This record gives sequence, structure tokens and C-alpha cells, in this order.
Amino acid sequence: MFEEMAADPRVVLIGEDVGVYGGAFKTSEGLLEKFGWERVIDTPISESAIIGAACGMSYLGLRPIAEMQFIDFILCCFNQLTNFVAKGHYLWNAPAPMVVRGPSGGGVHGGPFHSLSPEMYFLHTPGFKIVYPSTPYDAKGLLKASIRDNNPVLFFEHKFLYRRIKEEIPPGDYTVPLGKAIIRREGKHLTILSYAAMMHTSLEAAAALAKEGVEAEVIDLRTLMPLDEETILNSVRKTNKCLVVHEDTRTGGIAGEIAAILSEKAFHDLDGPLVRVTSLDTPVPYAPTLEEAFLPNAQKVFDAGKALAKF
Amino acid sequence: MPASETRVNTPRLSRQQHLDLYYYMRLNREVEDTMTRLFRQNKIVGGLYSSLGQEAISVGSSYALEKRDWLAPMIRNIGALLVKGVPPRDIFTQHMAKYTSPTKGKDGTSHFGDLENLHIISPISMLGDLIPVLTGVAMAGRYLGQKIVAMTWIGDGGSSTGVFHEGLNLAASQKAALVLILENNLWAYSTPVRRQVPLENLADRAKAYGIASYIVDGNDVVAVYTTAKEAVERARSGDGPILIEAKTFRRRGHAQHDPAEYVPPAQRAFWEKRDPITVYEKFLTEGKLLDAKGKKEIEDKLTALLEKEREFAENSPMPPPELASEGVYCTGPECHNLQPKWERPIDELLPPKSCVEPVWTVEGFGCGKGSSGVQAPIHFGDTESPSEKPAAAAKATAGPANPPKKLPTAKPAARGKARR
Repeated sequence: MFEEMAADPRVVLIGEDVGVYGGAFKTSEGLLEKFGWERVIDTPISESAIIGAACGMSYLGLRPIAEMQFIDFILCCFNQLTNFVAKGHYLWNAPAPMVVRGPSGGGVHGGPFHSLSPEMYFLHTPGFKIVYPSTPYDAKGLLKASIRDNNPVLFFEHKFLYRRIKEEIPPGDYTVPLGKAIIRREGKHLTILSYAAMMHTSLEAAAALAKEGVEAEVIDLRTLMPLDEETILNSVRKTNKCLVVHEDTRTGGIAGEIAAILSEKAFHDLDGPLVRVTSLDTPVPYAPTLEEAFLPNAQKVFDAGKALAKF
Repeated sequence: MPASETRVNTPRLSRQQHLDLYYYMRLNREVEDTMTRLFRQNKIVGGLYSSLGQEAISVGSSYALEKRDWLAPMIRNIGALLVKGVPPRDIFTQHMAKYTSPTKGKDGTSHFGDLENLHIISPISMLGDLIPVLTGVAMAGRYLGQKIVAMTWIGDGGSSTGVFHEGLNLAASQKAALVLILENNLWAYSTPVRRQVPLENLADRAKAYGIASYIVDGNDVVAVYTTAKEAVERARSGDGPILIEAKTFRRRGHAQHDPAEYVPPAQRAFWEKRDPITVYEKFLTEGKLLDAKGKKEIEDKLTALLEKEREFAENSPMPPPELASEGVYCTGPECHNLQPKWERPIDELLPPKSCVEPVWTVEGFGCGKGSSGVQAPIHFGDTESPSEKPAAAAKATAGPANPPKKLPTAKPAARGKARR
């Protein structure tokens, strides 16, 4: 954000506690000092107003970044997002080049209102691009690309990864394109599709599977909307089996969407059913023992992968 | 905080301004009458909404704006679109879902906009959502150095939505140059205003946001204009958002299908006598600003214009089916080459000119630092402290700390009814 704001005066940040406090997770630390009160705007607790104001700003040519303090609160401005922001370009030629970002996901004892995986609510609304990086390199590159995109981009930052994944990233300008998945690990026996925190879980499981002679190809989706069907199909045509791992709840999660796509476009290439490893169909529970049961983990992915490989 | 103000200054309008207001009100009504006829011929695709009896509000308020200002209409503000410069054919083609409409038939009624030239933002059907969006417009205008005002409308019904509150509160705390016109036409579909809000005057809500407000007779176009003009200039000069409650009455039903039998006949009769156009014609005639000949000239002009516009609309094609799947995303620069109009030096917004000390100043208690450089406790999780200091640590700058803008203080208001 710092680099984009330094390079482009059209970029402003608006949200709760983003200024003096630097953001609840320190993601905007130091921005206020450099760019001042006009560009780093602390708002009242009004998600609809934050999104609406960002939308209005984008109509005058600015490129606002609207922060949701926890992505769970994005549901408070659901109407503004889905009815105003997303539909503008299709209906009246008014794209809203804004980014809505915030910490999402669980595994941090956040409980049911601070652990949301929100992607499917918005995947179902035409007009958004949805980005969910899993590495620091991708986070920087994808955020830059999102800010420069002319469409409204929802940029989800998995909070479990905020301080756990560290990576040396190059300074300076680079972008990662939206709409492109990446192969994290090559393999030939089955394809594992994942994103965000579950990416690392999948890699852990893939390493364990390799010890048993199962070579999984692990693909990081990175952008959920538009989905990189080409990379997915190429991999499935090679391995003939597909396993999807996501932290989102089972029913209505993207695995179902992927299953339909594979059924439509790769039916003859499949040697086994589309397997899903997902969270339970419940709100995110608070107690660590319950949350562990709720979430996928490397063991669950390993078990599913082993069974699928045998199919 | 004083009670709502009524207009303090009574500027004189020029003859041309008087006639402009008359022309636009007549145009507003003729456009809507034309559409009523088209509706009865089944040529309007969806619903049709009427602003009969409320033309003075749409026309009077929007006439107070300058070309550089922005507006967003609600469903009964076609008059404002006409004043802003939208040709009647755009209104007709929108309602008839034609390919030649501003949205190529993708949306209907007043759901269209023009960002680059006329500075109009399209509404959505949900009420109140325009308020934060127009607040953002005002904030962005100020950011770019433009001295613009953003204007939009809301009804007595729409003023109950959560987003009304969020938007107006944000506008007030940001001192945004927003003029919000609350048209209290006494009915929200079938629900009278008394059932929805326990207030006699909805303008009193302004007190809750610490902003100025006015109450005006919505059927008196000159009063609406002069009040709106004063509000617009106050907002432009940095007074913050202004709420204007315009008292009026919804003469027709919620939409074309609604016979509105729930409205007491005596109430309707009372307001019919106060038709804004009839009342204004009397004023113009008595003031020797309009005679029978002048009136006929205007009417002939309107008839010719609307005949031409209606024919264009009726002869336009419907959009082709292929259009349905196009346009969800903006895929290249050709669909977004909107450049912001900077009217201030850009280097003010970049380091080092933009640098500030990140402190809050609380009157009487001094300053408190930001927590830059210190790991803020998050109330859960086993996250570790960063091993190194963040790259952009706070530096003491040469200039004084820049505290956020103070809350607006109320100006004393002169009491006295608005007179023409």
C-alpha cells in the first residue's frame, strides 16, 4: 500500500482505526505519517458508509482502498457492495476501481464473528474480482495489481498468515496478475487445489503423501474470481484426480463450483470423484478443541488424498 | 444547537431565472404526463413513478447547483435530471428499455448516470444508499481541490434506513459538502409518515448529526431555490453537510399501479389546491413576468420538443440479446479512462509535504501518540511480536501536528418564514 500511495496520489485508504493506530493488525502502520490525514481516513463505525464513500470517490477518479477491520464486518455493507459497487459497470458504465480488503479466516481463536471466510457471498455476485493470496510475495504483487485494476476487487488477507509466514520479498514495483493460479508443487497422481491458509496445510499434506509414494500437484488458486480454469483443467487432465481443500464451509464453498466445472469440461479426464476437504457446515466455534474439529488440517487432507490416490 | 433554520437571505431572482424555474417545472410535468400516456399504451416496460405536485422540489433545488457540482436523483427527481441537462429522450428510452437509452436497456427508470460531463450518479432501488456515495463524491472533490457540492434527495420513508444514518453521520464527521434534500411527501407507499417517525419535522434529525438544517415549503419553487442556493453556498464554503426538509405531498400513488385509496380524500384535496405550477403561474402573472402569450410560447416549445423526443424513443429498437452477457467487468482502458481533475498541487499529497505526526489532539487533554513501532495487542491468537522495527517508523516532522478538523459549531439562525 505504501508504494502504491507514494507512486499514485489517487490512492487513499479509508477505514476504522487505519490512521493513528495503523490498523487493527498494523497493516497500515506508518501510512498516516507519510501521507497525512487526507489520504489515510479514520471513519466512524459505519461499514455501509465506508464502502459507499469509497465508491463515490472512485467515481471522481480516485482509487480508494476500503479496509474492513475484520472481514466479518463486510456483511454489514453487503447491500452497498452487491447492489451499488458490483453492478455499476454492467448497468450504467460506471466501474468502481476500488479495493476492499481485510483480515479473514480462522485458526486464531477468534470465534464466530472474527473468523469468517466470506468469499462465496461475493463470488455469487457478478461484478467483483476476488483475490486471496497465501504468500507475502503474492500479497504484495496481487494487492498492487488489485489497486490498479479498474474493477472492484475484494482482497482477503488470511489473518492466520499475517505473522506466521515470513518471506523475503523484493523491494520495488512488481505485480502478480489477477486471474492466474500457480503450481506450488508439481505432481502426477492427483491435483490438490487450495488457497490462503489451507495452501500451507495442503503442502504439508503433500509432503506426507510423497513419503507414501503419492505425488500430489498442489495448485494455489490465488484469485477465486475470475477462476483460472485453464491451469486447473491442464493439471486435472494430467493427474486425472482432483481434491479441493478450503477453509470455507462445505455447502456452497468453491469446491462445489469447481466440481461442476470439472464435470462440464473434464468429465472424461476424471478417474475419481471430486473430493472436498472443508470446514464443517457450522459457524466457527470458539473453543480450540471445537475449532480444530471445525477446520481442515494436514491429517484430514492426507487421509483424503491417500484414499483418492487409491481410487 | 438551534432548531431548523428558515432562509435568512431573500435574494431577488432575475426574470430569466424565474422563467427558467417555470420552464423546467412544466417540462418535468410534461415528461411525466407523456410517460403516463405511454404507460397506458403498454410501452413502458416496468413501473412508472410520478412526482406530480413535487416538481418544485426537484427543479428548485437542482437549479441551485453549478455545472461542476454533482447530483444523484431519487425516483421522483426527474426534474433535477432535466435541469442538469439530461434530454427527455434519455428518460423515455430508459423507461422503455430501449437500446438507445443511456444504459442500453440494462436498467430502467432513472437508473443511469454520467460521470464525465453532467456529473450525475445513478441511484439504485435501495433507499439511502446514495447518501454515503455522494458523501464520498464530496470528499473526493475536496481532496482533488475542486470546490464542488454534492446533492441528493431522500424521502420521509427512506430516512429511516440505516444507511441514511451511516451516510449522514460520516458526512457530518468529515464536514463533507453534501446537501441532502429530504422530501417529506407524507407517504411512504401506503404508510403515513406519522407511522414511521415520531417527529413533526424530520429536519430535527439534523441536530443528531450536529449539522445545519432548513425547513421549506416544497410547493413554493422560489423558496426551494433560494433555500437550496444558500445551503449549496454554505456547503461549498466548508460549513459541512446541510439537511433541507421540503414539505410536500405525493399526489399520485407509490407507482402507476397503486390507486392510493389509503390517502384520505380531504388530504389530497387540500394539497391539490397548492399545486406548485398553478401557484407559481399565479405569482408570475401577478408579477408581470409571464403573460398568456409567453405561456403559450413555452407550451408550444414543450409540445414540439416532447413530440420529437417521444418519437425518437418509440422508434428506437430494443437491445439485442447478445448484450445480456456483456459488460460485467471493465476489461481495458476503454471502459475506464476517467482521469481525476486536479485543482491543487499534487505534491501536497506526497511526502514530504504530506507528512504529519500521527497523534490525536483532544481539547483540554493534549496529544496522544499512535502506537507505531509498538506491537498492538490483539485480543486473541498467539502471534509473535515482529522481530524488527517496521520500516516506516514515526518521525517528528518540522511542522506542527495536524489535528483532525473540529466538529462544526452551530450558527445562530434568524427566525422568520421564507417569503417570495
